[in-house]
Amino acid sequence: MAQDRHNAQTKAQKARRLRDSVEWLVKNIFFLCGIVAVASVLFISVYLVISGLPAMLEIGVTDFLFGDTWDGKNGVYGILPFILTSFAGTGGAILIGVPVGVLTAMFLAKVANHRLAVVIRSAVSLLAGIPSVVYGLVGMVVLVPTVQKAFNLSSGANLLAAIVVLTVMILPSIINVAETALRAVPKEYEEASLALGATHTETIFRVSLPAARSGVATAIVLGVGRAIGEAMAIIMVSGNVANMPENLFTPVRFLTTAIASEMNYATVGSLWRESLFSIALVLFLFIMLINVALNLFVKNKKEG
Amino acid sequence: MNAILKTENLNLWYGQNHALKDINLEMPQNQVTALIGPSGCGKSTFLKTLDRMNDLVPTVKIEGKVLYRDQNIFDPQVDVTWLRRHVGMVFQKPNPFPMSIYDNIAYGPRTHGIRNKKQLDEIVEKSLRGAAIWDEVKDRLKKSALSLSGGQQQRICIARALAVEPDVLLMDEATSALDPISTSKIEDLIAELKKSYTIVIVTHNMQQATRVSDRCAFFLHGELVEADDTEKLFSVPKDKRTEDYITGRFG
Ligand SMILES: Nc1ncnc2c1ncn2[C@@H]1O[C@H](COP(=O)(O)OP(=O)(O)OP(=O)(O)O)[C@@H](O)[C@H]1O
Ligand SMILES: [Mg+2]
Repeated sequence: MAQDRHNAQTKAQKARRLRDSVEWLVKNIFFLCGIVAVASVLFISVYLVISGLPAMLEIGVTDFLFGDTWDGKNGVYGILPFILTSFAGTGGAILIGVPVGVLTAMFLAKVANHRLAVVIRSAVSLLAGIPSVVYGLVGMVVLVPTVQKAFNLSSGANLLAAIVVLTVMILPSIINVAETALRAVPKEYEEASLALGATHTETIFRVSLPAARSGVATAIVLGVGRAIGEAMAIIMVSGNVANMPENLFTPVRFLTTAIASEMNYATVGSLWRESLFSIALVLFLFIMLINVALNLFVKNKKEG
Repeated sequence: MNAILKTENLNLWYGQNHALKDINLEMPQNQVTALIGPSGCGKSTFLKTLDRMNDLVPTVKIEGKVLYRDQNIFDPQVDVTWLRRHVGMVFQKPNPFPMSIYDNIAYGPRTHGIRNKKQLDEIVEKSLRGAAIWDEVKDRLKKSALSLSGGQQQRICIARALAVEPDVLLMDEATSALDPISTSKIEDLIAELKKSYTIVIVTHNMQQATRVSDRCAFFLHGELVEADDTEKLFSVPKDKRTEDYITGRFG
């Protein structure tokens, strides 16, 4: 009898020990998975600084950032054209994409009947799912010749074509985020406005939109982030020449496309190649800034 | 008796639900009409019909007439924004816009085309005074209306409704979310406002109905059981069901 009880006890103990070790194992697997993301970010940041900073210092930070000529092959490393092009491209896409995206969101959230909204919404999510290389390809085959003909240019691959492609690419995220924000506006606000004799349209613009402003701001920041980091879709439509973005019809090169298009030609270990990492570092810093801005908006939203 | 608002054989359905049945009620000028009755009997529905806020419900079907100054509000030529400008509404839950106090009050006038700053200033002050909240907020007109207490917010909503200079004011349980002090402030306000406006209120509070209303209408299951001078309705109700309800014997 005593023996039996003893056996049962050790059995229970064993089971508990097994359970504990499974528990321990699972917890650590979770932890390891969590670490992957953190470690990757850390690794990339450190790697970019280590591989990008020396070249930038050797060239001279001012010369590098504000030099208006880039000729990697011949050792002239000024990336101002790329920076300005990235700003112009992103700015242009935002300038067109935000009004179109926000108006679409308003339409979906407040005006469209259910069936139409479903159709448009699935089109928007399809748009979001199209790989960026496909945008580039279609842009190259359809958009570039159209731009060339429409404005009678020698080549249609220029800043304008890139802005158009970027605009279409950032639309889905702007629409989604803005629509969610607009839907979250309490309907009491809208009722109060209607009860004062405002029309439906006045109510949407003067009550719903202002009430959703932090969500709309978030949508804009997301769009900026997406546009400034995009390479694949615009490399084929922007002309890929290191020009200052003087006007819409200038063939240009972005921060992203500069790296992508020269990495294969620059000899390993050369200052040319290292300067490409410096460009990546600059791009990385911009995107960090945008993320900080995004976090600020999200925080404000929670507090407000 | 001069009825500014009057319904004639008003019927309303939400889909299959017959929510208002043959309602004939007159709401006289410069008087407070109180609508009473158990939950779900159609008081809010009736009130929302008077400024056509029911139009927002897709399944709604309405028959009969609502006459505002002898004009049937369902006539195709009636502009619903015109109607709502003249028949204002204060909701159960205080719902100021997430904007400054000033912008809340100025919202209506701005919507109706007033842009002049001085004129708006005057309207804002007059409306806030009218809603007996001017002294409490005059030093913080630029602050968010959401920073105020519930009772203050409700008076802001009343001021906002007054700012478009309506003719009739509809209030759906406007004090049910408020503490007794705020409630009595708003009751005093209603007594003051009826000098210039015609008022229709919904209330679950029998004392409140006797305190503030001149006329009282008892609704039950979508029917108007009885409407009379408040004093009469509460002292000598004609209908047994009214008596049961006001004496609290209602099942
Ligand atoms: N938007 C709507 N859609 C469908 N049915 C509705 C709608 N609003 C109200 N109803 C129905 O109409 C009837 C009357 O509702 P109403 O809100 O007018 O009652 P009430 O007297 O205001 O009640 P309470 O005192 O609880 O506010 C109820 O049966 C309710 O379910
Ligand atoms: Mg109600």
